[in-house]
Amino acid sequence: MKFWKLLFAATLAGLMFTINTAYADALDGIMKSGQIKIAIQEGFPPFGSVGTDMQPQGYDIDVAKLIAKGLGVKLKLVPVTSANRIPYLLTHKVDLVIASLGKNAEREKTIDFSRAYAPFFLAVFGPPQAPIHKMSDLAGKTIGATRGSVEDLALTKLAPPTATIKRFEDNNTTISAYLSGQVPLIATGNVIIAAVAKRDPGHAPVEKVSIKNSPCYIGLNKGEDKLKAKVNALIGQAISDGALDKLSRKWFGMPLPKLPG
Amino acid sequence: MDYQLHFQAVWPYAGQLAYGTWLTIKLTAISVAGGLAVGTIGAACRTGSHRWLSAAVGVYVEAIRNTPLLVQLFFIFFGLPSAGIKITATEAAVLAMIINLGAYATEIIRAGIEAVHRSQIEAAQSLGLSRLQTFRHVIIVPALTKIWPALSSQCVFIMLGSSLVSQISAQELTFTANFIASRNFRSFEVYVVATLIYLVLSVGLRQILRLIDRYAFARR
Repeated sequence: MKFWKLLFAATLAGLMFTINTAYADALDGIMKSGQIKIAIQEGFPPFGSVGTDMQPQGYDIDVAKLIAKGLGVKLKLVPVTSANRIPYLLTHKVDLVIASLGKNAEREKTIDFSRAYAPFFLAVFGPPQAPIHKMSDLAGKTIGATRGSVEDLALTKLAPPTATIKRFEDNNTTISAYLSGQVPLIATGNVIIAAVAKRDPGHAPVEKVSIKNSPCYIGLNKGEDKLKAKVNALIGQAISDGALDKLSRKWFGMPLPKLPG
Repeated sequence: MDYQLHFQAVWPYAGQLAYGTWLTIKLTAISVAGGLAVGTIGAACRTGSHRWLSAAVGVYVEAIRNTPLLVQLFFIFFGLPSAGIKITATEAAVLAMIINLGAYATEIIRAGIEAVHRSQIEAAQSLGLSRLQTFRHVIIVPALTKIWPALSSQCVFIMLGSSLVSQISAQELTFTANFIASRNFRSFEVYVVATLIYLVLSVGLRQILRLIDRYAFARR
């Protein structure tokens, strides 16, 4: 009987070992196969959308290309939605998720995050020359916002009581109100401003007061420290050599703000 | 249906609802007064002998009656600032409502004026009344008496139409209801309350217009 027990234990150990080695190191796997699979979104411009040539395009796609190039491997883009991007990673259908992924405690229990690679923030925007630098400068000012949005709720709490918040039905009306001069300032996200900058480069407002900052991170599986180190190094390099700044100007219409480490 | 109504979720916003209702009443009062004035003058021009004036009013009436109020509102709110004229949301709302009601009122009052028999006007002229006196005593008052129910409906209609101005952040009743719904997510309760307030306002406005009819046009 002892023999059987031993054999069983050995088989179990062996099985576990093979499972372990199969996913032991994603970076080695990527280098061996010469291909990296990256999850991207196709329905969230300017991060990821489908261009007129039916090819995915956007900030995330360009970052994915940058990572693949840095690793010296071929890139395979896997379209995901915001609901299934983490399951795709957990089931090893992809090696990395570059899909405007925000970091929170809940997600940190299941997956790992690289350093921040993309700006994603809510702020009060206004003309470059407006002398507004902090929340208290908004006293007596009128700010347009989209009713019921996160920025509306946050600004209602943070703004001085003498500030007037004009609430509009949707982002487009809020933007129109700003562009037509009906409100001197607007509270919205950098992604929305990116769309304005694209349509009307001369008149895009600039960030005045930050409301909420939640940059995007690249998601990867837990325990892939080698891959994480490599990705972080590539992001660091892209920040220092200005590659990300170029992408930010291209897709968000504004220079890359300082990203947390 | 097992939906639980929670009207107490609306209660903390009662002050805002009252403010919104008050703005709706003010908007309605100003635009009804302004719209009827525009309508009376418009109808006088339309039926008058001055051909160019009549044609110009005709263009105004047709342009307004054949475009949506919401579009007119956006045109004024977003369009005028581009032309260098800055107006607030409330001013834009009042302007749009006066222009809109003015066009419909012109058409309704014109119908009333045309219903005044030719012989009555001739009788006034032969009695030596001036043109203004004829218009005031012989034409407009009998005309208004005839078309008052139609005009009342149009006034109620513009009051209900004032809900559209919530779109340009004028903080009237519908804006307030939308705002509350976006904060407590109790849309059904909020809109039930807003609907009831509108109902009370409409019935009230009709009663006021009926009283005006009874005392101003007492000769009936």
